[in-house]
Amino acid sequence: MEKRDIENELKELQNKLDTLKQDVQGDEKKAILPIINQLEESALSLKAELYRKITPIERVQLARNPNRPTTLDYIKYLIKDFVQFHGDRRFMDDEAIVGGVGFFEKIPVTVIGHQKGRDVKDNIKRHFGMPHPEGYRKALRLMQQAEKFHRPIINFIDTPGAYPGLGAEERGQGEAIATNLYEMSTLRTPIISIVTGEGGSGGALALGVADRVFMLANTIYSVISPEGCASILWRDSSKSGEAAEALKIDANNCLMMGAIDDIIEEPHGGANEDHLKVAANMREKIRIALEELSQYSIETLLEQRYNKFRKIGQFKE
Amino acid sequence: MSNLFIKCPSCGVTHFQSILVKSLFVCPECGFHHGIDSAARIKYTVDKGSFTEFGKNLCSLDPLSFPNYEEKLKSSMKATNMNEAVVTGTATIEESPCVIAVMDTRFIMASMGSVVGEKITRAFEYATEHNLPIIIFTASGGARMQEGIYSLMQMAKTSAAAKKHSDKGLLFVSVLTHPTTGGVTASFAYLGDIIIAEPQALIGFAGPRVIEQTINQKLPTGFQRSEFLLEHGMLDKIVSREMMRETLGNILRLHQNVSKPQKEYRIEQYGLK
Repeated sequence: MEKRDIENELKELQNKLDTLKQDVQGDEKKAILPIINQLEESALSLKAELYRKITPIERVQLARNPNRPTTLDYIKYLIKDFVQFHGDRRFMDDEAIVGGVGFFEKIPVTVIGHQKGRDVKDNIKRHFGMPHPEGYRKALRLMQQAEKFHRPIINFIDTPGAYPGLGAEERGQGEAIATNLYEMSTLRTPIISIVTGEGGSGGALALGVADRVFMLANTIYSVISPEGCASILWRDSSKSGEAAEALKIDANNCLMMGAIDDIIEEPHGGANEDHLKVAANMREKIRIALEELSQYSIETLLEQRYNKFRKIGQFKE
Repeated sequence: MSNLFIKCPSCGVTHFQSILVKSLFVCPECGFHHGIDSAARIKYTVDKGSFTEFGKNLCSLDPLSFPNYEEKLKSSMKATNMNEAVVTGTATIEESPCVIAVMDTRFIMASMGSVVGEKITRAFEYATEHNLPIIIFTASGGARMQEGIYSLMQMAKTSAAAKKHSDKGLLFVSVLTHPTTGGVTASFAYLGDIIIAEPQALIGFAGPRVIEQTINQKLPTGFQRSEFLLEHGMLDKIVSREMMRETLGNILRLHQNVSKPQKEYRIEQYGLK
């Protein structure tokens, strides 16, 4: 049976249990409730089991689920009095990246993130969350503004990659990404980056040079998309499943390889199932990270940031 | 390059190899710049006998146990007689000392994995420590996907090292050669104080094929070539291979005082007082 089918059956089971709970009343309910609870629990653990055995390409599908919360959703859940800012002051406003300022708990913060669309029209406007150079330049402008006003920065990463197009190349896609990596490495304010969906290559990393990098449990962070990898290696993009496995792009592997600092838990079926729960988990991690990072002097912070990326890599000599 | 005759892929004219050796592998007919290996590049660029290599022993591992990667490494090492896709060291160019790094596309398209990232980073760190300018000849197919997230993170690592070097007031000249793409373009290649390219080099972030597939139209002639990029303000200068040593020598001379880092401009340093 396909995972999707099992999931549907579990959902149906849950619905039946819910109806039962409502229909049955009085003493009968008292007697039956413990049994219902027990059934619910075993359904939940079955689901956990189901998702523990998830394959890498299924993880990719979860990471790309269009019903996952986007940057603007997380801002809605976590940030108070948010004001969105626009434009790179050079050419245009790229809506594949959004950003602005607001309060996290009581701390003023700058929040920036890739923004995928909610429907086709929105997605066309936002290029499916694939930024042009202007998106990265807007992000850098806002990050430098955060530095000026001593505000911590929270970045949300969710992009298939930087947009591959004529204008993007003409206006320096490579230069824009490189400049972000370069400037972020010495930005004199704490930076937290969270992969909330797809961490697609350089286009993702351009928001990812941070003091703390987290991944949500069902996200991916990769040097190339599984489809791209398969089509280069095997000239066959349908072998994306094998590529996803070979690339080791899930949160556990990224943590093991030292590319990220921690994993933020999600509901078993993905962040799409319970936005508020994911946002609450995220709030806790951000709060702890900000507390930790505020203990260090800026010099120490920058030294730690440099060393964190400095030591990534495997070789012999 | 062991063939006696070499046909120019641009104009189709065939030349004796001996003639091309004299012309630094630039087609005498049309000026096309043939690809050259790192040894030739170093020979054409630095003062004779001045090059001292460092980091030669760094070798790649196969940290992801990626299909066929180990075999690929082995065959590349055998074919090129190199341990990895970049050569780093110190040298002088027209008597000015510098750190130099040269990428070599014969080694897995000079893609950047842990070793390329580490060697570039060490080259920056050496230059920072010894107050030296750095020159990097880039050429790369991008990140080395066989090393997964490790290779992506080399972009951040090398860029941070370039920033430290720059913050000390030191010079970085990036020379982009054919082809420079992907993760190398989007990291150190585009971080030079001065960015030079060889003529007709393909330079870009996304590959032309991917762009064509995405926008579903043919790309204009000359798109992503050096001349196109110069016109769009993405390069300081296009320099032919023949003029490269002289141009770099001149740039280094113009910056020789920055090798003693100082906080401000002082006229005395130029002996004009």
